Amino acid sequence: METNLCVAGFGGQGVMTLGKFLAQATCDSTDKNVTFFPSYGAEQRGGTANCFVVISDGMIGAPLGDVMDDLIVMNGPSLVKFLPTLKQGGTLFINSSIVDEKDVNRPDVKVVKAPVTEMALDMGNAKVLNVIMLGVYVGYTEVVPPDVVWSTIEHKLGSKPKLLPLNKQAFEKGLEIGRSQK
Amino acid sequence: MARTLMKGCEAIAEAAVRAGCRFFAGYPITPQNEIPEYFARRLPEVGGTFVQGESEVASVNMVYGAAAAGTRSMTSSSSPGIALKSEGISYCAAARIPIVYANISRGGPGVGAIQPAQQDYFQATKASGNGGFEMLVLAPSTVQEAVDLTYAAFDYADRDRNPVLVLADGVIGTMMEPVELPPMKTDEEIAAIKASKKAWACTGHKLDYANRAWIQPGQWNTVIMQQENEKAAALYASWQKDIQVEEYMIEDAEVVIAAYGICARIGKSVVDICRAQGKKVGLIRPITVHPFPYASFDKIDYGVCKGVLDVEMSIPAQLVQDVDLGVKGRCPIETCLCSGGNIMSREAVLEAVDAILAK
Amino acid sequence: MEKIYSRTLTIQEDKVSGFCPGCMHSTVVKLIGEVIDELGIIDKSVMITGIGCCGLHMDYIAYDTITAPHGRACAVATGMKRTSPDSLIFTYQGDGDFASIGLAESVSAANRGENITVIFINNGIYGMTGGQMAPTTLLGMKATTAPKGRIAEEHGYPMHMCEILNQLTAPHYLERTSCNTPQNVIKTKNAIKKAFTYQLEGKGFSMVEIVTSCPTNWGLDPLDALDFIEQKMLPEFPLGVIRDKK
Repeated sequence: METNLCVAGFGGQGVMTLGKFLAQATCDSTDKNVTFFPSYGAEQRGGTANCFVVISDGMIGAPLGDVMDDLIVMNGPSLVKFLPTLKQGGTLFINSSIVDEKDVNRPDVKVVKAPVTEMALDMGNAKVLNVIMLGVYVGYTEVVPPDVVWSTIEHKLGSKPKLLPLNKQAFEKGLEIGRSQK
Repeated sequence: MARTLMKGCEAIAEAAVRAGCRFFAGYPITPQNEIPEYFARRLPEVGGTFVQGESEVASVNMVYGAAAAGTRSMTSSSSPGIALKSEGISYCAAARIPIVYANISRGGPGVGAIQPAQQDYFQATKASGNGGFEMLVLAPSTVQEAVDLTYAAFDYADRDRNPVLVLADGVIGTMMEPVELPPMKTDEEIAAIKASKKAWACTGHKLDYANRAWIQPGQWNTVIMQQENEKAAALYASWQKDIQVEEYMIEDAEVVIAAYGICARIGKSVVDICRAQGKKVGLIRPITVHPFPYASFDKIDYGVCKGVLDVEMSIPAQLVQDVDLGVKGRCPIETCLCSGGNIMSREAVLEAVDAILAK
Repeated sequence: MEKIYSRTLTIQEDKVSGFCPGCMHSTVVKLIGEVIDELGIIDKSVMITGIGCCGLHMDYIAYDTITAPHGRACAVATGMKRTSPDSLIFTYQGDGDFASIGLAESVSAANRGENITVIFINNGIYGMTGGQMAPTTLLGMKATTAPKGRIAEEHGYPMHMCEILNQLTAPHYLERTSCNTPQNVIKTKNAIKKAFTYQLEGKGFSMVEIVTSCPTNWGLDPLDALDFIEQKMLPEFPLGVIRDKK
């Protein structure tokens, strides 16, 4: 069993962090193989950012497959760019605050929606949108147990304990949305 | 043993520190910046020294100096920067100074592309500088292997008093993967390594004309120059015992994929997919790309093999010339290539395999 | 009888100098050797030679030596000194090596304040390769690559390395000397001793620029070359302490 995930969005949306948290949780708490592969433009700020996470019971070939099983898009341009790579019957996770479901011209894929930009703003910190989306993804796919992912986030945020309650709330809200759309 | 999720570049740097590397000099270039950045944080913690050189040229020469004083030392860069280092590498080879360096290769020629590629094969294996010297060139295809080979590289370098190149690519350098890290050499072990070099290292000697340190990347005397080259040639010939290669399901293979580095792991996953479908496909993966494991190609059953598929992220193909020397005309060789910054497509390799099988 | 002078042990007795008649490389290396002797640091001294005539010493000095790639001596010295801080690490470089091909390495090492010493031999010409123009070649001075002489509009002006490095904050000691008279030879030796002492005290970057002759490539006999230093070189490269932080 091998899962190829692509996470794409603007620079600054925490796309890389989302992917790294998932890969870290897989490394720390399972026997599975996992790879994380970032892809940046040459720009330091404001460009597009995307990363690839492969989780597998067997050996992993490319850390960036030709065809994605799952795709998380955080903004419109990423939908245009990466939707064609999603396999038939694959799952698309969209940031429905700024990505319009009507633009998803693929009737053959399952769409999971979460308005993570608005939710994060409502929670008072625009930055937690990626943690909400990670919750959505893990809640829906259960590719790694949610408690394992949370302990990884907790560990990574260890130096900023003030941020923990907010992130915990964000992650749990995401889980709820993910589970509810199964 | 505990697994740690590490980026290839950082894993290479940590492996070097654990192997006793206590001096690193480098210069920024994408996609290897995490190596100097990691050393800049890490070396002061273990009593080592990091210097950001004013150029790749300066950096490799700082490493030449530090290694000539007996310290395990390393530099790294990416393709255009490696070209700049070729002067210092050639001097280290000529003066028989043990250094380790890593090429996290990117597109080329020229400034090329910052994305991963395997365009530096000839440079790495045939001529990393002037003068026809040779090096062990180690090509990892996973982050774990990058760790293991970097760790071993320091032992090879010291054993031979010769540079060792870790030839990775931008994918291995930038991807994260779980690794098990090798043991940290103790301060006592590191001191013993340094002490073992005291006889030839330039740190000062008691007045004794015959036994001062005299590190020379060249000779005025033509007879001695030839003798030095003959000694080096004998060393290079001795490396046949150090050849490392992965031969995967080649005995009955109708198609054998030949690939190194990132392309090899993609090739291996293709072998698994094909075997699950009943297709007889195998893989030869040179781990030492120099010296090259030509003999592995003698293990192919040319009675059933329809072709060898050379898979590399280089246009024009380069590895294929060594594959050709291994195959010796016993079956056709096809290529599956990409370049320009995109990673090799598994689908493309599968198609190329099917095309050979269909013949 | 009291012994008042003997040859320095830092130069191997059975080796013969390969320098041209009137060349001052042998003078300077003897001075370096005497200073090393007097400071009692033979067992911790390392000379990093550049490429060119300065490399001809490697056969017969009696202490540790390594040859750097052309121009890179200060980078090699950086790596060596950082990992071997108790050794006396000095480079020995000509003008082409230090001021042309090695300019980046030279200026950068000085700017970092590396605790090394540079012995910089300035004779205004490339010696070993046969008289090509150097960054320190005087205006009007002929070279095989400037057959009509150095022309400011085409080649720019002679580079004053002491003054250039004096623009940096880090260097500790910069002095320009010559070996054209016995007095200047003594001053050169004192300057070398001061520079080495500063290094041993951990004070940082020091350089002694020594204005010397190249009779062969200047096309002058050795005595006329001494006059040329006095009349042409020294007005362009005035002697003295440029900086001494003490």
